[in-house]
Amino acid sequence: MPMPPFRPPIWGAAMLRLDRIGAGYGRAQVLHEVSLEVAPGEILCLLGRNGAGKTTLMRAIMGLLPLMAGAVRLGDVTLSDLPPHDVPRAGVGYVPQGRRLFSGLSVAQNLDIGLMAGGQGMAMREDVLDLFPRLRDRLGQAAQTLSGGEQQMLATARALCLNPQVLLLDEPTEGLQPSMIAAIREVITTMRARGVAVLLVEQRLDAVLSVADRVAFLEDGKNGPVIPAATLREVRSIAARYLGV
Amino acid sequence: MDLGPYLVLATLEGAVTAAVLALTAVGLSLVFGVMRVVNIAHGEFFMLGAVLAWWVATSVGGHPALGFGAALIAAPLIVGALAMAADMTILKRLDYDPERTIVATIGLLYIIQQLTLMGYGPEARPVEAPFNTRLAIPWVEHGPEGWQMIWPWGLGTTTYKLAVIGAAVLILCAVWAVMARSRLGLVMRATQADREMAMAFGIPVERVYAITFGLGAGLAALAAVLIVPIQQAHYLMGADPLLLSFIVVIIGGLGSLPGTVLAAVLIGLSDGIISVFFSPTLAKIIATLLVALVLVFRPQGLFGKRAT
Repeated sequence: MPMPPFRPPIWGAAMLRLDRIGAGYGRAQVLHEVSLEVAPGEILCLLGRNGAGKTTLMRAIMGLLPLMAGAVRLGDVTLSDLPPHDVPRAGVGYVPQGRRLFSGLSVAQNLDIGLMAGGQGMAMREDVLDLFPRLRDRLGQAAQTLSGGEQQMLATARALCLNPQVLLLDEPTEGLQPSMIAAIREVITTMRARGVAVLLVEQRLDAVLSVADRVAFLEDGKNGPVIPAATLREVRSIAARYLGV
Repeated sequence: MDLGPYLVLATLEGAVTAAVLALTAVGLSLVFGVMRVVNIAHGEFFMLGAVLAWWVATSVGGHPALGFGAALIAAPLIVGALAMAADMTILKRLDYDPERTIVATIGLLYIIQQLTLMGYGPEARPVEAPFNTRLAIPWVEHGPEGWQMIWPWGLGTTTYKLAVIGAAVLILCAVWAVMARSRLGLVMRATQADREMAMAFGIPVERVYAITFGLGAGLAALAAVLIVPIQQAHYLMGADPLLLSFIVVIIGGLGSLPGTVLAAVLIGLSDGIISVFFSPTLAKIIATLLVALVLVFRPQGLFGKRAT
C-alpha cells in the first residue's frame, strides 16, 4: 500500500480518560470501576477473555450504554454527560465488532454519514480514500456486497471520516486474511503517527504485539494490569494468566 | 354497453383508490421501516386530515379552490405536527418498544377518534372540489359499418379525479427524491439500517423518529385532503385506509417503498374493478386472502428482505 500524504499530527489533542466507570445491561452490571487513559498518539490495546467486558466498555465510551457509575472524559469534555449522538461529534470514532455498516447504503453514502458526523467535507473523504484506495473504485457499490476485508476497510474509513481525536476499534482483524490484517494495521499506526489516541480491542496476541504501545487487561469487568507492550513481548506468562493462551 | 367500457370505468375508479392508498400506505411503511413502529393510529391521522380539510376549507370560504388549496397545505402540516408531538410525548417514553407502541397507538386511535367526535360531530361533511368538470371517455366498437368511435353513456370521469392521480404521482416522486437524494433521506435510511450505529455516527435518532412519524402522518393527511371532495369527511373514515394500508404494506414488503407503491396499485385497481363488477365487500375479502397467502408463502412481502 502506498504511504498516504502526510497530514500534520493533531498534537495537543485531548486524552481519553475513563474514571471508575460502571456499566451493564439492565440490572446486570458488567463493568466495575474501570479506569483507563489513552494519550494522543498512543495505541492502547485492551485484552481479556471472552465476556470480560471489552465490547461493553467500547459501547459505554460511545454512550450507547448508560453509565452506572463514574465518567468518561475527553480532555475537558465529559462525554458521559452528552447524549449518545454528540459523542462522535466530540471527536470519538468507533469501529464496532462485526463492522455494522449501513447495509442498504452505498460505500460513498456510508462515508458521507461519517463526514456529516464530524462536520467534514470532501477533502477529508479524499484523505481517507488515500488510506483505503481500494474503496475508491467501489464508491457506488452497496456496502453489503463488499468482501469481508473491504467491509472492515469501509467501517474503519467511515470512522476516520469524523477526523477523530480518539479511535475505538473492536476486533478490527476478526476473520480477515493476512493481507487485509496488514493493511488495517498500517492504517492504525498511521493514525497513531497523526496523534490520534487509539483504543484497540483484539483477540490475536500477535496483532496486538505488532502495534500496541501499552496493553490493558480486563478481567471479569474489572481492571487488570496495564503494562507496556514490550513487557508482554518478554513475559508471555502474563498473557497466559489473563487470556489462557 | 359491452364489458370493455365497464372495465375502463372500473380501472379509472381503481386508479383513484390506488393513488390515495399509495400515499397513505407509504406513510405507514416509512414509519414502520425507519422506526419499527406499527402505527395503529395511522388511519386516524388520515381521518384528521379530512376533518381539518373540511374545517380549513369552510373557514377560508370564497372560491372552492381557495379553501381547498389552504386545506392542502394546512391539514398535513397540522397533522404532522400533532404526530410529532405524539411521538415525543408517548412513543419516545416507551423507547419505541415494538410491542408497547402497538398498544400506545391503539390508545391514540381512540383518543383522536373520540376527540374528533366531540369536536366535529357524527355527520359526514363534504369539501367542494376546486374543479370538477366531467369528461366523457370515447370507446371504439365494431359495428355493421366497421370500427367506429362511440360515447357510451356513463363512461367518463372528472378532471378532479385525474388531478388526484397526477398529484399522488407527483407527491410519491417527491417522497422518493427525499429518501434517495436528500441528506434527510440518507439519515433516515441509515437509522433504518442500524439505529445504534446511527447514534454512534452523530445522528440524533429521536429527532429522526419524530420527523419520520410526522412525515408518515402528514402523508396520510395529504391523501385524505385529496380524497375528501370525493368521499366526505367523517370521524369513522380512518378504518378502511388503515386496513388497506396494512394489506398493501404487508404485500409490498414491510419498509419497502417501491413494494408499497406497487402493492397499492395492485390492491387499488383490484378494489376498483371488483367493487364495480361484484361488490366492495368481495374486494376486501380477496385483498385479505391475498395477505394471508403472502404471509404463508412469502412472509417478507413481494419486495421485502428476509430478516437475517
